[in-house]
Amino acid sequence: MTGKTVVAYSEDRELGLQILSKGREISDKLGAKLNALVLGEKIIDPKEYITHGADRVLIVEDPALGSFAVETYRGVVLDALKDVDLEVLLIGATKRGKELAARVAAALDTGCMTECIEIDVDEEGRLLGERLTYGGSVISSQVSTRKPHIATIPPRTFKKAEPSPREGEISVLDVDIQDRRMKVVESREKARGDAGLAEAPIVVSAGRGFKDEADLKLLEELAETLGAKVGCSRPIAADLGWMEEWIGISGYKISPKLYIACGISGTIQHAAGIRDAQIIVSVNNQEGANIHEISDYSIVGDIYTVIPALTKALKERMK
Amino acid sequence: MTKIIVLLKDIVDLNEIKIDPSTRQPRTEGLKRRISDVDKRALEAAIRLKEKNDGEIAALSMGSDKTRTAMLEALAIGADSLYIVNDSGLAGVDALVTSKVLKAAVEKIGGYDLILCGEMTLDSLSAQVGPRLAELLGLPQVTYVKQMDLEDGKLRAVRDLEDVDEVVEVELPAVVSVVREINEARIPSLMSIMRAKKKPTEEWDASALGLSAEEMRAGSSIEVVKLEAPLVERKRIVIEAETVEEAAAKLADAIISEGVMEA
Ligand SMILES: Cc1cc2nc3c(=O)[nH]c(=O)nc-3n(C[C@H](O)[C@H](O)[C@H](O)COP(=O)(O)OP(=O)(O)OC[C@H]3O[C@@H](n4cnc5c(N)ncnc54)[C@H](O)[C@@H]3O)c2cc1C
Ligand SMILES: Nc1ncnc2c1ncn2[C@@H]1O[C@H](COP(=O)(O)O)[C@@H](O)[C@H]1O
Repeated sequence: MTGKTVVAYSEDRELGLQILSKGREISDKLGAKLNALVLGEKIIDPKEYITHGADRVLIVEDPALGSFAVETYRGVVLDALKDVDLEVLLIGATKRGKELAARVAAALDTGCMTECIEIDVDEEGRLLGERLTYGGSVISSQVSTRKPHIATIPPRTFKKAEPSPREGEISVLDVDIQDRRMKVVESREKARGDAGLAEAPIVVSAGRGFKDEADLKLLEELAETLGAKVGCSRPIAADLGWMEEWIGISGYKISPKLYIACGISGTIQHAAGIRDAQIIVSVNNQEGANIHEISDYSIVGDIYTVIPALTKALKERMK
Repeated sequence: MTKIIVLLKDIVDLNEIKIDPSTRQPRTEGLKRRISDVDKRALEAAIRLKEKNDGEIAALSMGSDKTRTAMLEALAIGADSLYIVNDSGLAGVDALVTSKVLKAAVEKIGGYDLILCGEMTLDSLSAQVGPRLAELLGLPQVTYVKQMDLEDGKLRAVRDLEDVDEVVEVELPAVVSVVREINEARIPSLMSIMRAKKKPTEEWDASALGLSAEEMRAGSSIEVVKLEAPLVERKRIVIEAETVEEAAAKLADAIISEGVMEA
């Protein structure tokens, strides 16, 4: 058995490094060693995990780990951690990470706090987590009462540490690779545009009030005038495929100086993504729409006439 | 004949939750409970499989005294039978315990080919019960499904992941979780609501499942310490004017005066 250990894992390397920075803090408080678990077909530059905070890198390399399959990965994680005195397991909250964390938690007969936006440990060494509930409208502060404590951490929640010249150990593990029953027949790459929503100071956004994809031109003209990025509600991306990324509890949570919602009703799931915007402006033709309740300025009106008029008015003033 | 168990949870209408202004606590008492949106789509998906392939659908929910009323909608939409686990000793348990109880209930129902659930419930947003149940039952899990079909006892599905749409195949039995985009759930007719009341319904407490509520409860591992809605003050100014141009001009002035446009 090792001493007290905190383990961080994500199949998304960048997210894995972000988690390590918080994992470092937690490990220091617990007096534990921080391990980065890295799984794949071929692991490159494992030292990067050490310079970003890990004391040890646990590597499992196998051709079967070339693509993520939860049944295989679950077995590998459990096997890799069986001799570890596991205090805390932090997993990146991608979709794959979340399904893995829940399954591993079930196997270890322990709890799991999904998508923590903050974590800490108390005097007893228990893991504390803050996460959104009730569709994203409420912050729930929770405590995991039994070890191993498991939490998942969404992308961009914590900043990765500046790399520093640290020493650490690299261990290549030999584990049993179990077969998977779910076979992947085809993997269709998605057009993944990083729309730059996370960092943009101004975001204008489209909802189901838009009748046709071509009409988004109106919004693009407004965006151009403002130097803004264009975002949308989930149905515009997920149902209609007009854009790739959306804003909200299951998409980007953004904090621009200015957010302009056009033809968006302002459901709780959407509102959760724009809570940290400095100023919210909305255009929606329905008087009672919730978006008006969560806006600083709103116009009850038709996006098809209001947006062009707003673009024109802004242009005149910005000359 | 395919036997499908659909997992449904009743939750309050999130848009009706009021926040107590002094304590910032959500007030949910007295609110009507309905089937969580994604779960209803899981049921709709089951009905579409049944329509194509023949089969039987059992709805299963662990809830409270209010669950039976909420779940009538499931029977009205198209579930053939309803199983409710209702034990006040289990109120407020975490996903770990919920999954163990649902496992026992699923085993008591028995004879299933497919277990369908939602990607996550909209109140807890925990996204755990599906994968946990798969682990406890030793079954494969197919998560985030936005399209599916049955062919010769095999499930073919399209999974909606961040970077890819993954087309997968799996032999049954399996646990499948669906995303919101899989379908739009049908709205039950008045007739079907009447008929729903006559469909078979069973209600179990923990001991009916061979479990002790106290032991289960003691096994719960995540405790909620505090619930608090973040305080966000918005100006809520509705701009009014005779014409669209005037309204737009006022809005433009307001935006500029906020000083949010400096680079
Ligand atoms: C698990 C889960 C997660 C989710 N996560 C998210 C998320 O992250 N982000 C998200 O956005 N949604 C999310 N949703 C979906 C969410 O519940 C709503 O379905 C969605 O936000 C509604 O999008 P909308 O406002 O564009 O459409 P609608 O609710 O249909 O609203 C359209 C609005 O446009 C207005 N309108 C129509 N025509 C005009 C016009 N000509 N001019 C002006 N206004 C007009 C209407 O009055 C209406 O208010 C999630 C749902 C689930 C189940
Ligand atoms: N109490 C419950 N009763 C029945 N099904 C549930 C219950 N809780 C969760 N589920 C199912 O599991 C899915 C994921 O839930 P959760 O892990 O709570 O996000 C839900 O969409 C439901 O299909």
